[in-house]
Amino acid sequence: MFRAILAFSLAVVTVATSDHPIGRAATTGEIGARNLTVFADGSGLPAGSGTALEGKPIFEARCARCHGMRGEGSADYPALAGGIGSLTTTHPVLTVGSYWPYAPTVFDFIRRAMPYDAPGSLTQTQVYALTAYILRINGIVSDTLRLNRTTLPRVRMPNRNGFIPDPRPDVP
Amino acid sequence: MITPSSLHFERHHAGVPRIDPATHTILIHGLVTHPLVISMQDLRRLPSVSHVHFIECAGNSDEEHEGHPAATPQSSHGLVSCSEWTGVPLGALLEAAGVQPAAKWVIAEGADACRMARSIPIAKALDDVIVAYGQNGEALRPEQGYPVRLVVPGWEGNANVKWVRRLQLASAPAMTREEAATYTDLQPDGKARQFSFVMEAKSVIIRPAGGQQLDGPGEYEIDGLAWSGRGRITRVEVSTANGSWRDAQLQLPVLPKAFTPFRLQWHWDGRETILKSRCTDESGYVQPTREELVAARGMQPGPDGFDHFNGIKAWRVAQTGAVTGV
Repeated sequence: MFRAILAFSLAVVTVATSDHPIGRAATTGEIGARNLTVFADGSGLPAGSGTALEGKPIFEARCARCHGMRGEGSADYPALAGGIGSLTTTHPVLTVGSYWPYAPTVFDFIRRAMPYDAPGSLTQTQVYALTAYILRINGIVSDTLRLNRTTLPRVRMPNRNGFIPDPRPDVP
Repeated sequence: MITPSSLHFERHHAGVPRIDPATHTILIHGLVTHPLVISMQDLRRLPSVSHVHFIECAGNSDEEHEGHPAATPQSSHGLVSCSEWTGVPLGALLEAAGVQPAAKWVIAEGADACRMARSIPIAKALDDVIVAYGQNGEALRPEQGYPVRLVVPGWEGNANVKWVRRLQLASAPAMTREEAATYTDLQPDGKARQFSFVMEAKSVIIRPAGGQQLDGPGEYEIDGLAWSGRGRITRVEVSTANGSWRDAQLQLPVLPKAFTPFRLQWHWDGRETILKSRCTDESGYVQPTREELVAARGMQPGPDGFDHFNGIKAWRVAQTGAVTGV
């Protein structure tokens, strides 16, 4: 009887000292390590920088076998460059340059997902350099513009105003 | 109504990860009072719900929009399935973390190789989104998101983030590649629709249907499925001879944002004919024809092809009894 009361008391003490009803508190370090979000305005971009000149050899070594030496794509993998101004034609070509509204998304996606067979293997510097190279082959930045957390969000994409909210239902 | 779990359609963007449930956690952070790390054990202690919902790929039936009608219902409509999902309402987890007033979006990220992420408006997140670990009474299968995924009822498959590992409360959407570009719908004027979340009312006859063979004139039961991301199906009509529509029977109970099987008894007189179905949902929306959809949206393919096609599907029954897609 006494043991049961003691055990119950200990249990109550344990629950009463828990700070959160679900899970445990996240540490700043955990959040920093896991958080990959880069917003359209560039919030979330890490330290580091890169230029298209620096990105070219990385692209040719790590990206070109799927995306082509000039980002023209291949049978199985999408083109990264080209198609600017083609959206209303009979053959729209939708690429990073012709279609994507925000430059920071390029950084975000490469960092998360590329290269396809080794995502997460690139350094922040490499991701900045590749971002610059992909924008360069679309004619959007120069060979030498240094992209970083300040300058990348300032890059204006050709299709920046190309999107509207979903108007459905639209039929009839 | 229920798709056997092993037959639930599968789609991924970077393979199926192998995740250890003992170490997998969900991080909740951003515009919250208490950033939390939640384990699978934590989730399993919480009050759970079970709901039957379809999940449909945005690109399901895109060849129908293109004008290349597929030969069988699996080809034309196969990227949709329906299961009973068990898990914790996302709202309960967010409430525990304490959502701050500035939070308007939940960014959900998966633990797959590409860390695929989508942003969900806070109103939907707090409405009926489930953090699910169970499918039809079993654990999720790896290809369906084991050990835990989001189920976002009625919304395009891509938003139902699998292998979920992070939920970030934010004042703006992340604008990841999927939502900024891939899952957008290009229009003839060059603008593209963004955040086209909902899968609209849709139906298809699955028997008799393309690839099947009728064994001579006589009585047949026409069977099909209807569903809507806007709620319950309220009506399904079937046409067995040009233009003449009859109400089919809906299987009860009719559940919101779930497969609604329908049936109609039909006497086939042996002559060539067209079979098709159209459904209505509780919002009053009626499933349109392909012609109506193309007139409204045009023929510019988006990055994902033609998403959100929900037009009426026709099957031709030949005098031989052979059924084909038209």
